[in-house]
Amino acid sequence: MATATRRRAGVRRAVRRAGAPLLLLLPSLILVGVFVYGLIVANARQSATDNHTAAQATGQAPTTGVGLRNYLDLLGSEEFQHSLTNLVLYTVVFLVGTMVIGFLWAWLLDKPLRGEGFFRSIYLFPMAVSFIASGVVWRWLLNSNQDEQASGLNRLFQMIGLDALQNNWWNNVSVGIVAIAIPAIWQLSGYVMALFLAGFRGIPVELREAARVDGASEWKLYRHVLFPQLSPIALSALIIIGHMSLKAFDLIMSISKPANYQTKVPAVDMYVFKSAFDYANAAAVGTILLVIVAIVIVPYLVHTHRQDKR
Amino acid sequence: MRGAPRTSAVAAVAAVAALALAACGGNGGEPESSGSGGADEVEVFTWWAAGSEKAGLDALVKVFDEQHPDVTFVNGAVAGGAGSQAKDLLQTRLQAQDPPDTFQAHAGAELQDYIDAAQIEPVSDLYDEFGLTDVFPPDLMDRLTADDGQIYSIPSNIHRANVVWSNRQVLTDAGLDPDATYPDLSAWMDDLATLKKAGVTPLAVAQAWTQVQLLETVLLADLGAEGYSGLWDGSTDWKGPEVTAALEDFETLMGYTNTDRDGLDWPESQQLVIDGKAAFTVMGDWAEASYEEQEQELGTDYSAFAVPGTDGVFDFLADSFTLPVGAPHPDGAKAWLETVGSAEGQEAFNKAKGSIPARTDVDMSTFGEYQQSAAEAFKSDTIVSSLAHGAAVPVATLTAITDATSKFTSGASDLAAFQSELAAANAG
Repeated sequence: MATATRRRAGVRRAVRRAGAPLLLLLPSLILVGVFVYGLIVANARQSATDNHTAAQATGQAPTTGVGLRNYLDLLGSEEFQHSLTNLVLYTVVFLVGTMVIGFLWAWLLDKPLRGEGFFRSIYLFPMAVSFIASGVVWRWLLNSNQDEQASGLNRLFQMIGLDALQNNWWNNVSVGIVAIAIPAIWQLSGYVMALFLAGFRGIPVELREAARVDGASEWKLYRHVLFPQLSPIALSALIIIGHMSLKAFDLIMSISKPANYQTKVPAVDMYVFKSAFDYANAAAVGTILLVIVAIVIVPYLVHTHRQDKR
Repeated sequence: MRGAPRTSAVAAVAAVAALALAACGGNGGEPESSGSGGADEVEVFTWWAAGSEKAGLDALVKVFDEQHPDVTFVNGAVAGGAGSQAKDLLQTRLQAQDPPDTFQAHAGAELQDYIDAAQIEPVSDLYDEFGLTDVFPPDLMDRLTADDGQIYSIPSNIHRANVVWSNRQVLTDAGLDPDATYPDLSAWMDDLATLKKAGVTPLAVAQAWTQVQLLETVLLADLGAEGYSGLWDGSTDWKGPEVTAALEDFETLMGYTNTDRDGLDWPESQQLVIDGKAAFTVMGDWAEASYEEQEQELGTDYSAFAVPGTDGVFDFLADSFTLPVGAPHPDGAKAWLETVGSAEGQEAFNKAKGSIPARTDVDMSTFGEYQQSAAEAFKSDTIVSSLAHGAAVPVATLTAITDATSKFTSGASDLAAFQSELAAANAG
């Protein structure tokens, strides 16, 4: 009796201490558990089956486990390698483009300048447009007709006498995907600018003054004083833009078409597989995308977690 | 990182809980038994949400209201993406066992996926009940019949895919005869070469599926109706030299097309011909509606003829309506199918949509000039199934063929690789 009472009291105390926070966290824990982690597991299980037809998808025909064969087939196929290459190309160009342009704009706006607010808004505005809407416009701008039939940017090149710059944009089968990075850069450079501008403004004026008093040249001031202060911002910007780029789908869908080989990326493959009732391969592509995004995000999360501890 | 183990433990517990939930949910929701009652309304799922398609649907509904005044029509039309949005939503609804009472689908092999998934019921006995067996051409009945000998849908309208549309002014300007007839593809290609020298786009195409449609008409022209149909039942060898020759013709024709094709959809490439920026295009006869809208005259502004080498062959596709398993209002759906199959329904619908009735006993005298000639051809020609429109092969095969075609026309594969990919796509 006595031990039971004591034990009950102990439980009650533990519940009182942890109960309220746990109760508050529970709904989100369950939701995240079911709809994020549970579905990730379900997706992974789906990807390890031979569920490639409509009949199997609805349980009319049996599915069997095939282990990692879908992954090996996908990674071994020329088509999927092409999609992955496209993804890497797109991501590199998109990242470098937004970082360079965003930093440049922030650096220019950081100087005392008349009409700064005006320019800031102008640079930020494209971000307010959805990828689908801007894609419709850019589809026309990036028309691949040349010479007499040219329209969009190719026509503009002709009008200003730069005929040699005409090209077939996203219809180039090896590097065409880079053309789709152009509207993406146009839309998100302003966002990176805003991040960097906040970073610049966060650096105390005293630091610059001290460096100048110590006789640092302008380059040295940036190299040793300002850049180190900006590096956390740059990392955040890289992660945000990077994961957006890896999930690129809407912009590609609205400029190109899902069936177009030249602009395939894994997200488009996933859509095409799903539409053709090939759920196993769609799930496998999904898992591969998740792994790629995790490779980018997890080190960042670990890094920030360590910093918080410090 | 000291907090991490506990966090991951919580996550693990949550994941296990989620799995348990998922396992419970897996086999719930048995399909409701069908065949009983539900005659007060019918939800009809289509992608006929705009233009001539909507006009057709409205006309059909009018006939339906007259024939079945006690059944309320519920419009389940989904707009966008030439039916792809609707198909995505339909896939989701069927998976969730929440089917509409009847849905639009291309007749033929595209239905095979729904049949394999046990999502639609055979309607063969409705053919007997409504007396439809003898009013459709026997060739069409063959194409509608699935491997198990049953028919799973009732066609509402017929379209022809192997049609060339030309701009007569462009041809005259280039010194060509706009009334010329071409016995085969090579004769046609000579004129295309002349047009290219004259500086116009000889042949307009659009995105991948229109290229597949061009491919199918080239295969049809070079292999003949029997050889073409053999591609789908395995009696024609995809790796054979005849197919190689046809693919070479396809490659030549693609060389005469507009370079911005992959960014266009069919109305835009059709418009290139209407506006005189291109001379020819190969498009199904739904293109007729865009000429009518812009008040163009057949024979003075434009001409339409069978793709050279396919004269006497009708490359068909049909919209049709189905009876989903577990539909909430099966009797309403049957009433709808009766109207769809009826002569009055087919006449009203097709007159508004610009297609031709699947029934051969509809009076065509009040239809347009093009429709009359198409209906005549449908009665007398050999009927083959369209590849690009889901009549010939199931969705997965068509997707693989479309991917291979896009890869080839974007320049990523050569002809030999293209041919072996096509063969692989059809092998399964």
